[in-house]
Formats: sequence, structure tokens, C-alpha cells
Amino acid sequence: MARMRPVPYRVVERRRETRDTVTLALEPVAARIAEPSPGQFTMMYAWGVGEVPVSVSGGGAKPRVEQTVRAVGAVTRALCGARPGEMLGLRGPFGVGWGLDEVQGFDLILAAGGIGLAPLRSVVLRALADPRRYGRIVLLVGARTPADLLYPDELERWRRCGVHVEVTVDRAAAGWTGHVGLITSLIDLVDADPARAAAFVCGPEIMMRLTARALVERGVPPHRVRLSLERNMRCGVGWCGHCQLGPLLLCRDGPVVPYERAEPLMAVKEL
Amino acid sequence: MITVGVEQLAGQAVFAEMDAADLARLASAARPVAFPVGRRLFEEGCAADRFWIVQDGLVALDLHLPGRGTLIVETLGRGAIIGWSWLFPPYRWRFGAVATRPVQALEFDARLVRFIWARDPRLAHKLTLRFAEVVVDRLQATRMRLLDLYGDAAEVRWRA
Repeated sequence: MARMRPVPYRVVERRRETRDTVTLALEPVAARIAEPSPGQFTMMYAWGVGEVPVSVSGGGAKPRVEQTVRAVGAVTRALCGARPGEMLGLRGPFGVGWGLDEVQGFDLILAAGGIGLAPLRSVVLRALADPRRYGRIVLLVGARTPADLLYPDELERWRRCGVHVEVTVDRAAAGWTGHVGLITSLIDLVDADPARAAAFVCGPEIMMRLTARALVERGVPPHRVRLSLERNMRCGVGWCGHCQLGPLLLCRDGPVVPYERAEPLMAVKEL
Repeated sequence: MITVGVEQLAGQAVFAEMDAADLARLASAARPVAFPVGRRLFEEGCAADRFWIVQDGLVALDLHLPGRGTLIVETLGRGAIIGWSWLFPPYRWRFGAVATRPVQALEFDARLVRFIWARDPRLAHKLTLRFAEVVVDRLQATRMRLLDLYGDAAEVRWRA
């Protein structure tokens, strides 16, 4: 039952990322949750408003937890509005992460769409903390417009650290020097050996379907393409069934799922 | 004038597996070019008398909208074909194109290519199919972007 009780965390930093998205850095008031792995999520609780699942976007100095939240409803608006010093509740961490330890020695191809960059930020930070464990790190980012791009300063910093970063947007005015088009158009620019690569993909489901398919067509083995799927996580421990996707309960069996397992499920209209 | 070798064309996806004689005729209409950042390849409405295969760099297709300025419609990088308005009358560009990163490309004289095609239906058929494949790929990508992948409706499944 302990995992059903929110643990009090204090907001120690709040960074506005875009017009509707903020990153909160949280530190425990007393007890703490276990250290999250990249790709896992927590249930974030805004006292008296409600609870939502949010991927961990980074950690930094332990026991700090960073989470990037987009304001789309009552709970997420309350979370985004939390100021330094305010208290929130955390449960978790829950679910299966990206499995970074399993892909040591491989090139990493990370493809993020929109807010999907948040759970991949924790991968980049972890990989850069010990880059000798991996081959090349390639980060492909898709966003609606340049103004909707998350972590623009960090993207530059990661470039300077040797990460091959390519960004594409759907719409841009003159003066934009990045790409304009589908994220799949960036895959041809990837300077990595597909057969020796692992690919992590996170974003809107249609974007993940297209991207995963394109990566497999270019030679990345399907079992090393992993997607972060989202359904309506509630309990976080596989009891309530709200996040069921066919045979999977995504709060327990996901959110990160190998493409070969996810592909047939993503094509079922009823799911 | 610097010429383009058959082997350079053979390395381009659009010409893959074409025989050397066909490639030699196409190579006679091609030359290597370079564009610095900001150099305009063509303007909307002007005569479409050339096309390019990008070898390196990035080109933005753009359109000027009165009151909204210039918008980038799409960018095209390594391996992409730029320009197909030269294929059909009235041979006028529908968009503009400008280098947004330094570009290395193969430039083709479209009138010469049309001349070669007119005298060799077999080659014309082969190339038309390959260009159609490029056009279909771009059309499908454009349709996907019409879905507004990163808009609220696509990205947010539960408004909590």
C-alpha cells in the first residue's frame, strides 16, 4: 500500500520551457521515492486537485527529481502553476524504463516528438554522464514550431558534448535554419550503424509508428526499437486496468515497450 | 566547364541501377554547383529550367504570403531532388528555394533533360516512374503533417 500514498516533495526550481510547458525540480521533504530509471514515470499529485502520470525528465543531484509537465487540464495546470517552495506529492517510480543498461556498446538513436522529448532527456543526461558506455548518440527532435521546442539551450549544450542533434518543425518562418518536415526525413541524416544501434522513440502515437517503421526499414533490429506508450495510467501498479493495451497494462508492463510487441497493438482500432 | 561523371549519378538513389548509357546522357546535362547560405536557387513564378540533387547541405522551399511574410514549406537535404515544375507546362516554379546551410548539389539543365526524354521514351518512362515515387513520398509526408502531429488533439489523450 506504501506505493499508493503520495510522498511529499517540494518544488525547488521551476523553468518555463514553452508557453504551456514547465519543468519542475523536486526534492523530498523527508522520505523519498526510489531513484527513477530513464523512461519510468511517477504519479504527480497536486494537493486537492488530482493526480496524473508524468515521465521523469531528469534527476541531477540525488535525490532531486525533474519532471516536465504540459498544462492541458485541471491537474496539469495546477502542477505547472506550482512555485518554488510549494509542495506536491509523488508516487512511484512506476513501469519499465528504456533499459539503457541493456544497450551498452550500441549507438543510440533517440527520436522525440513534442513533449516526448521529456522522457528522452533523461536518457541523454544519463548517457552523457558516462559516454564511453555507448557509441554515437543521435537525437532527432520534431516539434510543431520553433517556439514549441523543449530545452533549446540544452540541445545546444548536448551538441557541444558530441550529441548529433537534428531538429525539424512542422511550420517555420524565414530565418529558421533547421529542418521543416516530418521527423522521418531526419533518419537519412543519421550517422550511425543501424545494425549496431538501439532506437528509443517517444511522441504522439502516429509519429512513433512512422518513425519506428522507418528505423526498422533502415536496418535497426525491431527488438532494439523501443517506444514509450501512453494510456490512462491511474494506480501505477497494474491493479485498476485503466491503462490496458491488449494484453499489456502499460503502467506495469510499459510505458516502454519493444516495437515488435507494440506494433500489432498499435494497429488495432479498438485499442 | 566541370562535368559530372556517370559514377556520380550512379550514386544517387533516383538513378540507382540505371545502365551506364542512360546515365551518360543524363550526365551530359548535369554540372556540380555550390550555394552559400542565403543564395536563392529560384523564385516563385520564374521559369523552371533546372533541377537539383542535393549532395550536402539544406535547401528551404518557401512561399511569400502577403501580410504573413515568407514561410518555409519544407526543407530538403542530402539525397533530395529539388524541383519538379520543369516536368510539366507551364514550366514555372510554384515555390521559391533558398540555401539555409551551405549546399553542394548536382544541377541539371531541365530543357536538355526534356530534350533527351523526348527522343527516348524508354528512358522517359523509367525516369518518370522514379520521379513519381519521389512525388508520392513527399505527398504522403505532407499528408502526415496535415494531421498536426504535435497539436493538442494528437498529443494529448487525457486532459487531466
